[in-house]
Amino acid sequence: MPEGIGIQHFLILSTLMFFIGVYGFLTRKNLITILLSVELILNSVNINFVAINKYLYPENLGGHFFAMFVIAIAATEVAVAIAIIISLYRKLKMIDVENVNEMKY
Amino acid sequence: MDLIYLILIPVITVISIVLSENRKQSRVIAAVGTGLQLLFSVYLVVLYLTERGAGNLEEMLFSHKYLWFSSLNIYFSTGVDGISVSLILLTSVILFTGVLASWDVEYLYKEFFISLIVLATGVFGFFISLDLFTMFLFYELAVIPMYLLIGIWGSGKKEYSAMKLTLMLMGASAVLLVGLLGIYSYSSPTGATPLTFNIIEISKIHIPIEAQRYFFPMVFVGFGVLGALFPFHTWSPDGHASAPTAVSMLHAGVLMKMGGYGCLRVAMFLLPDAANEMAWIFIILTSISIVYGAFGAIVQKDLKYINAYSSVSHCGLVLFAVLMINKIAMNGAVLQMISHGLMTALFFALIGMIYGRTHTRDIREMGGLMKIMPFLAVCYMIAGFASLGLPGLSGFVAEMTIFIGAFQNADLFHRGLTILACSSIVITAVYILRVVAALLLGPANRNFPGTKNDAVWNEKAVTFILILAIVGMGLAPFWLSDMILNSLNPIVQKLALLK
Amino acid sequence: MENFSYTLVIPLILFFTFVFTGLFGGKFKPVISGIICTVSVFISAALSYFAAYQYFFIYGKADGAYRLINVFSFHWLRFNDNLSIDLGILLDPISVMMLIVITTVSLMVHIYSLGYMKGDIGFSRYYAFLSLFTFSMLGLVLSVNIFMTYMFWELVGLSSYLLIGHYYEKPAAVSASKKAFIVTRFADLGFLIGILLLSAFAGTFDFNKLTDPNGGAILQSASATFLGLSAITWALILIFMGCAGKSAMFPLHIWLPDAMEGPTPVSALIHAATMVVAGVYLVARLFPLYVFTSPQALEVVAYVGAFTSLFAAIIACTQTDIKRVLAFSTISQIGYMMVALGVSGYGAEEGLGFMASMFHLFTHAMFKALLFLCAGSIIHAIHTNEISEMGNLRKYMPVTHITFLIACLAIAGVPPLSGFFSKDEILVAAVEKNFVIFLVQYIVAGITAFYMFRLYFMVFWSRDTKYEHDPHESPKVMLFSLVFLAVAAALAGFIPFSEFVTSNGVPFASHIHLSVALPTVALALAGILTAYFLYKKESGSPDKITNSLGIIYRSAYRKFYIDEVYLFVTKKIIFNLISIPVAWFDRNVVDNAMNGIAFTTNYISEKIKVMQSGQLQQYAFVMIAGMILIFLLTLYLIIV
Repeated sequence: MPEGIGIQHFLILSTLMFFIGVYGFLTRKNLITILLSVELILNSVNINFVAINKYLYPENLGGHFFAMFVIAIAATEVAVAIAIIISLYRKLKMIDVENVNEMKY
Repeated sequence: MDLIYLILIPVITVISIVLSENRKQSRVIAAVGTGLQLLFSVYLVVLYLTERGAGNLEEMLFSHKYLWFSSLNIYFSTGVDGISVSLILLTSVILFTGVLASWDVEYLYKEFFISLIVLATGVFGFFISLDLFTMFLFYELAVIPMYLLIGIWGSGKKEYSAMKLTLMLMGASAVLLVGLLGIYSYSSPTGATPLTFNIIEISKIHIPIEAQRYFFPMVFVGFGVLGALFPFHTWSPDGHASAPTAVSMLHAGVLMKMGGYGCLRVAMFLLPDAANEMAWIFIILTSISIVYGAFGAIVQKDLKYINAYSSVSHCGLVLFAVLMINKIAMNGAVLQMISHGLMTALFFALIGMIYGRTHTRDIREMGGLMKIMPFLAVCYMIAGFASLGLPGLSGFVAEMTIFIGAFQNADLFHRGLTILACSSIVITAVYILRVVAALLLGPANRNFPGTKNDAVWNEKAVTFILILAIVGMGLAPFWLSDMILNSLNPIVQKLALLK
Repeated sequence: MENFSYTLVIPLILFFTFVFTGLFGGKFKPVISGIICTVSVFISAALSYFAAYQYFFIYGKADGAYRLINVFSFHWLRFNDNLSIDLGILLDPISVMMLIVITTVSLMVHIYSLGYMKGDIGFSRYYAFLSLFTFSMLGLVLSVNIFMTYMFWELVGLSSYLLIGHYYEKPAAVSASKKAFIVTRFADLGFLIGILLLSAFAGTFDFNKLTDPNGGAILQSASATFLGLSAITWALILIFMGCAGKSAMFPLHIWLPDAMEGPTPVSALIHAATMVVAGVYLVARLFPLYVFTSPQALEVVAYVGAFTSLFAAIIACTQTDIKRVLAFSTISQIGYMMVALGVSGYGAEEGLGFMASMFHLFTHAMFKALLFLCAGSIIHAIHTNEISEMGNLRKYMPVTHITFLIACLAIAGVPPLSGFFSKDEILVAAVEKNFVIFLVQYIVAGITAFYMFRLYFMVFWSRDTKYEHDPHESPKVMLFSLVFLAVAAALAGFIPFSEFVTSNGVPFASHIHLSVALPTVALALAGILTAYFLYKKESGSPDKITNSLGIIYRSAYRKFYIDEVYLFVTKKIIFNLISIPVAWFDRNVVDNAMNGIAFTTNYISEKIKVMQSGQLQQYAFVMIAGMILIFLLTLYLIIV
C-alpha cells in the first residue's frame, strides 16, 4: 500500500467518477455514451466497495465479493443494453435518446 | 340445511354454461340452474317458516362458519333471518325471470349468462353473509359484472352509463369500506377478544359514540348510493336506460335492495347511537328523493327513464322507512324492497318486450298498444297499478305499512315529512296514468314494422310469474309481514334502547 | 240462532266472477260472460235481501236498538297489538241498507247492459269490470276497519277508472278516466292522512272502537291541537276531503261531469247511485266521531254540501249534454245528503238529519239510476247526447218517456213520489239547525225542479225534430230495468225509513212537516211551471233570458271556469314550474355535479400526464434531483 494514500483519496475518486457518470447520464444524447456513463457509476461503486473493504474491514471479503458481483451484473447489463440499442437502431436508424419516447403516456 | 348451496348452485350453473356448446344449450342450462335456485329458495322459505313455527328463536337460522382468513379473524359466516330469506326469494324470482326475459340474446350469449349469474351469486352471497368482510366482498362481486353487462350488451350511451354506474358505486364502496374497517377496528372494546367482522358479535358490544359519528354516515352513504339516495342517484336513470332488459330487472329489482338491506343491517343495527342522532339528515335527503323522483318522472319521455325516476322515488321510500326507527316502518321498508323489486322487474321486462316490437322507447311515438299487443298492455297496466299502490297488489301493502309506521313518531318533523312522502302517491298516479294513456290507450296511431303480434311463451312466463308474485303479496301479505316483523326485533330493540 | 256468515258470499262471488270473466272472458261468446255476471249479481242481490230481512226483522234488534254485528273479521296485515288492517264484514243499519241499494241498482244495470252494450267489442271486459266494481263497492260498505274502507275505496276508484275509459280508443274517454282517477286520488291523499292522524290519536282502525260513543277513541281524542283546531278535527276534515273527492263535492267535483264519457249504464251505477255516495256513507259511518269530537268538522261538511248543491244546480240549468245535466244534478243531490249529515245530531229524533241523509241516498239511488238509464235508452236510440238535437221523443219512446217523467217528479220532490219524502226530512232537519243552509237548500229544491223539467220538456216535447232513422223504443231487457226502477223510485218514499236507519240504531217515527213541505212543493211546482212555459214549445224566450244574463250565463255554462283553474294548476304549475325544473335540475345540476367530479379527475390527470414524457434523462434528472433534495433535507435535520 503506497504511503500517504488513505481511504479518503479513494472516496474522492469514486465520488468524482460517480458524478461524472451522473452528469454524462443526464446530458449525453447518444445511448452508447449513456451506457458508458452508467458503467462509470457502477465502477465508482466498485471502487468504494473495494476501498472500504480494504481499509475498514480487512479481515472480511464482502466488499470484494460485491465488486465481483457488480462487474458480473454490469456485464450482463451491457449485453442487454447493447441488444436494446441495436434493435432501436434498426428501427429508428439512430441512437439518440431524445427520440426514444415510445413509453410516453 | 346449508346455505352454501345458494352460492354453489349458481357457480355450478356458470361452470356448465362455460362447458356448453351452443346457444340453445347455454340458455337451457341457465334457465334450469336459476330455476333450481328458485325452487331451492322456496324450499328455504318453507324450511325457515317450519323452523320458526317449531319455536326456534335464534336470531339467525342455519348459521354456519367457514374459516376464511385466520390471522385477521375473517370468517365466511352465513345465516338468515326473515328479512334475508324474503330477499333471497325475491332475488331468485327475478333472476329466473331475467334469464327467461333474455332468452333471445344472440351476441356473446355465453358470456352474457355467465355475467348475469355471477352477478346474482354476489347478491345471494351478500344476503347470506353475516360477516362484514365477506358481505363487502360479495357486494363488489355483484357490482363488477354490471359494468360488463351494460357496457357490452347495453344500448344507447352504454359505455358512458356503464362507466358512470360503476364509478359511482365503486366510489361509494370505497367510503363504505372505510366505514366497515372502522367498525372492525372498534369491534373489541376490551381487547380481550380478537377484532371481528361478525355482525352478530359486533351487535352485542357497544361502539363508542364518537366513533359511530364518523362511521355511520360512511356506511349509510356507502350503501345508500346503491339505494339511490339523493343526490347520489344519477347513475340510476342512465344505467337503467342503457342496460339490457334482464340487467335492468336485476339491477333495479335486486341490486338497489342491497343498499336498503345494508343500511338496515349494518348502518342501523351496528351503529345505533349515531343512527338515532343523525337520522334526521338522511330523512330529509330521502324525503327529497321520494318527491323529487316522482316529479322528475312526470316529464320524462323515455319509458326507462320514467321507471328509473320512479325507482328513485320508491327506493327513497325504503331508506326513509329504515330511518324512521320503528318496527312498523322498518317492516314496511323490507316489504317495499320486495314489492318494488317485483314490480320494477315486471316493468323493465315489459319495456324490453315492448321495445323489441316497436323499436322505440319514446312514449310520444307510441299509442294504442292495447289494440296491437293486448297481453303486454294489460300486464303493463297491472304493473302500473302496483306501482301506484293499488290495494290487492304489492305496492299498497308496502307503502301503507311505511306510512303508518312513520306516523307513529309523534313529533311534527317526522309527521310532516311523512305527509310529504304520502303525497308522492298522487304524483305517482299522475305519471303512471300519463304513461298508460300515452302508451296503451287512445287510437293506434302507427303500425310498427315487423311487429310480432303479442307475447310469446317465455315472455308470458316472465310476466305471469312476476304478476303472480305481485298479486300474491298484495292479497296475502300477512305471512311475509309476520316473518319480517319477528326478525326486526333485535334491530329495533338495539335502536330503541338507546333512544 | 243468528248466523250471517252467508253474507261473505255477497261480495266474494262477484270477486270470483271478476277473476273468471277477466281471465277467460275472451274464450267464449260475450253474452255468456254477461249472463254469468248477471246471475252472480242476482245471487248476491238475493242474499242481500235475505240478509236485510234477517237483520231488520229478526236478529238485528237488541234492547230496542239496531246494533253492530261483526259477522267475522281477521287480521289481514298486523302492525302491532292495536293497529292492524282487518278484513271482515260488519252489519249495521246503514251497511245493510247500502247492500240493498248496491245490489239492486247493480242488478238492474247488469240486466240493462245486456241490451245496451250488445255488440260492443269489449263486452266481456265490461262485465268483468262491472263485477269488480260491485265487489269493491260491497266491500267498501261492509268494512270493519277504516283501512279496509280505504282499500276498497281505492278499488272502486280503479273500477271507475277502467269503466270510464271503456272506449279507450276515444281520447276524451282516456283523459276523462285519467282525470277522475287523479282527482279522487288527490282527495284520497287527504283521506289517508286523515286515517293516519286518526290512528295516531285514537290508536285503532277498527270501526267498532272508533264509532262507539262511549269508547276510548272518542273520549281520549281532541287533546293535541294544530293551528287552532284539535288534531281529531283535522283528521276528520281530511277524511272528509276524501269523501268530497269521491262524492264530487266542490272543489273536487270536476271529474264527475267528464266521467260521463263512460258507457251510460256505468254512469248510472257508479256515477249516480253507488260510488259517488261512498263519501256520504263514510261520513255516516264515522258519524259518532264527527258529532262527539268535532262539531267544526261537521260544519265544514254542512257548508261544503250546501254550497256544492247550489253551485251544481245552477250549472245544471245551463248544460246541453243530457248526461252532464244529470251529472250536475247528482252533485247537487249529494250536496243535499252532506248537508243533512252536517246538520244532524246524534240520537233518535235529534238524528233526523242522519236518517234523512240515508233516506235521500236510498231514494236518490233509485231515481237517479233510473234517469241515467232512461238517458241511456235515449242515447241508444238516437246516438247523441245533445239535448238540442232531441225533441218530441215521447211519440217514439213511450216507456222511456213515462219512466223518465216519474224520475223527474221524484227528484223534483212532488208528492207522493220518493224524493218528496226524503227531501222533506232533510229540510226539516236543516231548518231546526241552521236557517241559512235551510234557505239555500230550499232554493236548490226549486232550481232542481226547474232544470229537470227543462231537460224533460226539451227531450220529450219541444220541437218536432227530424231524425235520420225513426227512433225506436229500446229492447225489452232495458225496459225491464227502467220499469223496475220506476216502481222503486215511485214507492220508495213509503218505506218508514226512520224505523230502520237511525244514527244510534234506535227507531223512531218520523212525520211530514207540513210547514216545511207545503212551501217546498209549491216552489217545486213553480219550477216545473217555469220550465213548462219556457221549454214546452220551442220558443225564443230561453235564448232571450240567457242573453240578458250575459256573463253569468256564460260562466255557469263554462262551469264557472273551475276546470280551467285546474288545468292551469296542473299544466302550468305542476308541469312547467315543478316537474320540468326538477327534471332539468336533475340532469344539469345533480348529474353534472357527479360528472363534474369525474371531469375534474380527468382534467387533473391530463395535466399530470405531461410529466410522463418518455424522456429517459428527464426521469433520471428528477430522480437524482429528488435524491439530492432528500439528502440535503436529512442533512439539515441532522445538523439542526
